[in-house]
Amino acid sequence: MSLIGWLQIGFVLIAVLLLVKPLGLYMAKVFSGERTFLSPVFDPVERGFYALAGVRPDKEQSWLGYTMGVLLFSLAGFLSLYAILRLQNVLPLNPQGFPALAPDLAFNTAASFVTNTNWQSYGGETTMSHLSQMLGLTVQNFVSAATGIAVAMALTRAFICSGANELGNFWVDLTRATLYVLLPLAIVVALAFVALGLPQSLDASFAATTLEGVQQTIATGPVASQEAIKQLGTNGGGFFNVNAAHPFENPNAFSNYLNIIAMLSVSASLVYAFGQMVGSRRQGWALLSVTVIMLVVGTGAIYWAETFGNPLLTAVGVDPGLGNMEGKEVRFGPAMSALYSAVTTGLSDGGVNAMHSSLTPLGGLVPMFLIQLGEVLPGGVGSGLYGLLVFAILAVFVAGLMVGRTPELLGKKIEAREMKFAMLAILILPLTILGFTAISAVAEFGTSSILTPGPHGLSEILYAYTSAAGNNGSAFGGLSANTPWYNTTLGIAMLLGRFAYIVPVLAIAGALVTKPRVPASSGTFPTDRPLFVGLLIGIILIMGGLQFFPALALGPIVEHFAMLAGQSF
Amino acid sequence: MLNQIRPAIVFTLLLSAVTGLAYPLAITAAAQAAFPGQANGSRIERDGVTIGSDLIGQNFAEPKYFWPRPSATGPEPYNAAASSGSNIGPTGKALVDRVAASVRAMGGGPVPADAVTTSGSGLDPHISPQYAAWQIERVAQARGVEPAAIAKLVADVTEAPALGIFGEPRVNVLRLNLALDEAAPLGN
Repeated sequence: MSLIGWLQIGFVLIAVLLLVKPLGLYMAKVFSGERTFLSPVFDPVERGFYALAGVRPDKEQSWLGYTMGVLLFSLAGFLSLYAILRLQNVLPLNPQGFPALAPDLAFNTAASFVTNTNWQSYGGETTMSHLSQMLGLTVQNFVSAATGIAVAMALTRAFICSGANELGNFWVDLTRATLYVLLPLAIVVALAFVALGLPQSLDASFAATTLEGVQQTIATGPVASQEAIKQLGTNGGGFFNVNAAHPFENPNAFSNYLNIIAMLSVSASLVYAFGQMVGSRRQGWALLSVTVIMLVVGTGAIYWAETFGNPLLTAVGVDPGLGNMEGKEVRFGPAMSALYSAVTTGLSDGGVNAMHSSLTPLGGLVPMFLIQLGEVLPGGVGSGLYGLLVFAILAVFVAGLMVGRTPELLGKKIEAREMKFAMLAILILPLTILGFTAISAVAEFGTSSILTPGPHGLSEILYAYTSAAGNNGSAFGGLSANTPWYNTTLGIAMLLGRFAYIVPVLAIAGALVTKPRVPASSGTFPTDRPLFVGLLIGIILIMGGLQFFPALALGPIVEHFAMLAGQSF
Repeated sequence: MLNQIRPAIVFTLLLSAVTGLAYPLAITAAAQAAFPGQANGSRIERDGVTIGSDLIGQNFAEPKYFWPRPSATGPEPYNAAASSGSNIGPTGKALVDRVAASVRAMGGGPVPADAVTTSGSGLDPHISPQYAAWQIERVAQARGVEPAAIAKLVADVTEAPALGIFGEPRVNVLRLNLALDEAAPLGN
């Protein structure tokens, strides 16, 4: 580890923290229905949309109506994407003449992008037509993120309103999240990406004759526009097979900083916006400090693990001075690879600039563990905020048990109904991950996809379901996941991780919104102080740690000791 | 709940048009106008022929050129139409055996790590200054020039971190070999 490495990490995190307040305040305005500097542009568009869809923007929805909106819109997106992928061979803008996707792969990919996971069982540049990339994948990059923001805003309103029934209008939140937040940011970031070197053209590829006289076909396309929303929406689905390790997605140190900053900005600012909207900016900062503390520790752990190189390779004559370079790019090195890996998994982004499969065992354990913690650091766009609030509900409940008082969060009493739904949401992750991993680890159709045998093989499977259920999308890429078994079960895991979580969250919102907001008394446990920050970190760690530690012990931890003992598989 | 079917369909169509067509096409038009070099893949031309991209690595095997890192793309290395890392785990025998063979081929260790490991993309355009230094003697011999002259060229092409902080020290192999062909063509 070097001082310069840490300076780069610090630079990126400080840049994000500087963005959080202005962007958070802007979003608070957007979702409170106030006018912003972009209203003159988007107000007429917005009203046109509502008229065409037959939506009355001032008519708010109950939690059930809001949930139905989310589910029906996601279903429509799923069907539309599935159709595009299955028909890409007859649709226009297919310069490479790619065939249609197989049914299982199309199902997996549609589930993947609608749930904001962006797991990729395919190689982008060898599978997807430009139309599929733009009208299929880019669209879901926007609207799945906007859906996450909408749900988070519905839950936020449950804390603001007292004795009400409605949570806002899903169609309004969806439209405003897309037009006022994601689209303008994506335009700015995409153009900055092009300036930094990312291609943006409708060509499929160009031919080059190398200095040694060999023909090289270089794939290209509308890369920058997709890269921008991929990060801002914490989607992570790359244009190319190797994602942001590809020099066209991430050509230099500055594009790498911009990638990470874009990934963090919307998600982190939403937490600030929450604080602003519930009338306690300190609450926003308290939640943000939980995520910053855990992200810095995670980054440090990966950085440390990758610095010493791989002892098995050192033994056969590799100088460990540069760290573990298998699967890493020279232009990033260990520090920037570590930060990217921690941020992409602490958030539910899932893009990568280094191959997670080739990280050292402990370096690979951290990203997997960060996803298993529930994708709340600060998590996917919107989904991170509502995930954090579910953990916060659990934290005040535990605190309430210790002192024997009815727990409260921001003046709302947390009672049996909310706790049941919170636990239901939290248990979806371990049930899905460990259940599918257990089947895959003992069945031939599961183990035959493993690339590296031994404990790493278990890690490959565990990582796949962790990534799918956590709606992350990164992978231990050694696993050949493009099989009917994995495509289908990973698709189901993604749908469960998204919608079996969103429904209880909205049910909690529906229960909380009806309650009066009681003023804080001397017996109220303050949720904006360091004590609560510590408690929340503890709850998140215990939930992740207790549930997944046995599986992690059999995978990366065994592999670590085998590596130290000089054993390979 | 049936009254939400219409908005679900209408919003899918409208938002698809805005974010899936208008947005990428507008960015393409703006990028092609403002940054045509980058937007078309940072191509490098020599004598009117496109010889590659400044950002994408290409394979070199002849002794007179600096060699890039090993590449995991298939079927041939540095296949820029199908990027890929090896994805082998750190304890994979396949990894250890492959690296050991590479180290032997280089005449034994210790060797710089990037010289024997595959990159994440399989298209890494850079090598470390250490690996470049390791190759100077071979290139000088193949070209029949003094190693000091090659070393100076390497130093010129080596990129340091911006402001001493941002980025890693690195050498773009294609740029170095182009400079080499220009400065020391005698060895051809």
